Amino acid sequence: MSTPTNIACNTLLAPAELKESDLDRVMDQMLAHSIDSADIYFQSSRLESWVLEDGIIREGAYNIEQGVGIRAMNGEKTGFAYTDEILLPNLLEAGKSARAIARSGGGGTIHIKGAAAPRQYYDPINPLTTLPEEQKIDLLRRLDAEARKQDPRVTQVITSLVAVHDVVLVVDNEGTMTGDVRPLVRCNVHVIVEQGEQREQGSSGGGARQALGFFIDQDRALEYAREAVRLALVNLEAVDAPAGTMPVVLGPGWPGVLLHEAIGHGLEGDFNRKGTSAFSGRLGDRVATKGCTVVDDGTLPGRRGSLSVDDEGTPGQYTVLIEDGILKGYIQDRLNARLMGTVSTGNGRRESYAHLPLPRMTNTYMLPGNREPGEIIASVDRGLYAVNFGGGQVDITSGKFVFSANEAYLIEGGKITHPVKGATLIGNGPDVLTRVSMVGNDLELDAGVGTCGKEGQSVPVGVGQPTLKVDELTVGGTSA
Amino acid sequence: MVINSMQDLKERQGRLEELVEDLLTEAKKQGASSAEAGVSSDMGLSVNVRLGEVETIEHTRDQGLGISVWFGQRKGSSSTSDFSGEAVRDAVRAACNIARYTNEDPCTGLADRELMATDTPDLDLYHPWNVEVEEAIDLGIECEDAARSVDPRITNSEGASLNTQSGLQIYGNSHGFVGGYPSSRHSISCAVVGQEDDSMQRDYWYSSARSRDKLESPGLIGKKAGERTLARLGARRIATQEAPVIFQAEMAVGLLRSFIGAVSGSALYRHSSFLLDQLGKQVFPKFVRIHEKPLLPGGLASAAFDGEGVATRDKDFITDGILQSYALDSYSARKLNMQTTANAGGVRNLFIEPGDMDLEALLRTMDRGLLVTEMMGSGLNMVTGDYSRGAAGFWVEHGEIQHPVEEITIAGNLKQMFAGLQAVGRDLDPRTSFRTGSWLVESMTIAGE
Repeated sequence: MSTPTNIACNTLLAPAELKESDLDRVMDQMLAHSIDSADIYFQSSRLESWVLEDGIIREGAYNIEQGVGIRAMNGEKTGFAYTDEILLPNLLEAGKSARAIARSGGGGTIHIKGAAAPRQYYDPINPLTTLPEEQKIDLLRRLDAEARKQDPRVTQVITSLVAVHDVVLVVDNEGTMTGDVRPLVRCNVHVIVEQGEQREQGSSGGGARQALGFFIDQDRALEYAREAVRLALVNLEAVDAPAGTMPVVLGPGWPGVLLHEAIGHGLEGDFNRKGTSAFSGRLGDRVATKGCTVVDDGTLPGRRGSLSVDDEGTPGQYTVLIEDGILKGYIQDRLNARLMGTVSTGNGRRESYAHLPLPRMTNTYMLPGNREPGEIIASVDRGLYAVNFGGGQVDITSGKFVFSANEAYLIEGGKITHPVKGATLIGNGPDVLTRVSMVGNDLELDAGVGTCGKEGQSVPVGVGQPTLKVDELTVGGTSA
Repeated sequence: MVINSMQDLKERQGRLEELVEDLLTEAKKQGASSAEAGVSSDMGLSVNVRLGEVETIEHTRDQGLGISVWFGQRKGSSSTSDFSGEAVRDAVRAACNIARYTNEDPCTGLADRELMATDTPDLDLYHPWNVEVEEAIDLGIECEDAARSVDPRITNSEGASLNTQSGLQIYGNSHGFVGGYPSSRHSISCAVVGQEDDSMQRDYWYSSARSRDKLESPGLIGKKAGERTLARLGARRIATQEAPVIFQAEMAVGLLRSFIGAVSGSALYRHSSFLLDQLGKQVFPKFVRIHEKPLLPGGLASAAFDGEGVATRDKDFITDGILQSYALDSYSARKLNMQTTANAGGVRNLFIEPGDMDLEALLRTMDRGLLVTEMMGSGLNMVTGDYSRGAAGFWVEHGEIQHPVEEITIAGNLKQMFAGLQAVGRDLDPRTSFRTGSWLVESMTIAGE
């Protein structure tokens, strides 16, 4: 059987006639300087996208990207260079630029060897070829029809389908060579509804590290179309959101973006090594109420944020960040782990060969508690029930974070009453989970749409949570 | 590959123009009725220092080509970072394959031939900086030192960085248009952390320009980063209330971008804009003029032709507060039964006419309210204009800053915020291609304690 590493070698090294002895040579040249570690990252990526708008397939695009990034590290210093051309002379030149971070006078030679095959959390397939073009287009047409038949007020429908085939190969200075083949598919439906002078929008979608058939199975994508229309119609009825600090009940699934912003980023190794995170030096402290356990999990089969191996060749892992309210662990790549005297948690990720790895999240979620969601809502006299969100952002150092609701309701007297307009919620990361008073039994993961940005690099991620009640959170509406 | 002389540059530009011609020729050979191609090639250096030591040195070298082909009214596109002859054929083949499956779209196609730019004047955009790595490190350290020595309460640092990039961009299409220009961009930035009691704050400053001599000095950048961080220490929340808000120039740039987003063709033909059908209507108060100067020498977004080869020209988007023009490319123009405004790829060098008040005078005019210096999150609904974002800044009473503020939101509706604009300052932020001073907005809802 063909392992991901074999596929990666055939895809990335064979066309350039690069042999293992050539990689030895590139690495040996770097090790002639006194460096702690180094890696060579080969990547070949194919992306295909289709867009339907106004009832016609308006656009399609095909993107090919490949190259090699070479990194040398010495203490806290990193030298980095990359090339778009996978050719030995370019590798040697990039290696020379990267090693300039350290003085000459190291030494040693390596011999490349394959790593023990890590467990795979997705199949090493090329998703672009998992459906004939006619069926990709037919799917977008069916979504358009499904959205339009939901309600006569639907006036605009945009549907899109994207498939990415990413093949990577990492060679480190121990001589370990690890490959990964990462399929990624995404489908989205965006609608505009109009009622007299009033207009609103709604979006829904999903994705996974799977074949494109994922969207056809269980009518998943048809459900995105229905959901986008439902969301737009709800917002058409929305009244002004409240302004001020109040109890907030967060629905299950995508509202887990709370954990990604408020907790996850602040626990990334780089900020904690540097002491610039509001969570710095707080390992062992209580940062959440009892009953709150938060994990970062790269091992969920087929999920958008999952990784069989990260971009430094470390296998994907399940890492407990907060256990029963106590801060337990950080999210680490190799550089920051080494400098902090610990080991990588399989979270070294990079947008591409042209970017440096950073500690990044995979799928971040809270484990379920034992409350019924209905019981949680009933416990609130006046507050907000927020079930759908757009993006979020965090200031790592002050700990302040935001996330923007695009579907929310007022809770009055323990009952859900009016839908309210979108509003940004703001809080303080290190103490928001100390205000969680109820954890639902209904853990859900998001539909596979998350993208995280950090230092200009985007990577796919997942989030999830059960229904949560936060006793105090600031809601940025306009109705005081 | 380092470009050392104008001779090298001309040769390199010539090679990239040939590549564009090759792409267009190959497209024709494979049966396309029309085509357009773009090629770019950039190189640069990025150096980060932290706590007086070099942290990362990155040698960047990016190249890419993109091709779109039409078979009648059916379009396909592809792109690649590989410039080899084989890759060119593959890219064209991939685009042609896509076009087999897209539908006839009456609005698609190249911009009209007679609109193509006929001359590409030198816009003074290319001032490469062949800085040695050691010098870049020294400048970074000088910058960070200046930030760290502002006050003992500056206790930590995210470091300082220096980036320099220069390259070439070429565009051509089957009308016979081929044009391109070299350009450069450099920046120095610094971010430091301050601590007081148990709480930490971080802030930053940067300078960005096409030529190195237009950059602020590393010492000044560092000093501003340090002072900004220091000013945030002791930030607290304020009560939920309605109040006037001043968006400091760097934040006002974002409001100007939202305005352009709302008058851009793609938002309009999709009915996804809160400024739908507002052409000729009062959008801002009478004193407001917003205009574009795409041919500005040395401008951060200057170009003689847009992303479709159409000749760019000066124009007003807002005169006397009234919306004069949308920002259209040829596709959205055809969708709207209008003419392209030469804004394919965006708006180039946008200016809002400054008033005569500096920031201090604006604070005195506001008397009591919020000065916003940072915003978080993306809380804007472009369809309705509903606006709600996290904010940090300063509380102002009697025209003077009282204390730093954090963990609050500001909310309103952009249409009403535009209509309720009271004044624009003369404190222009020179670092972006959208140039504005601070904005004083009549009233917004602040959510806090």
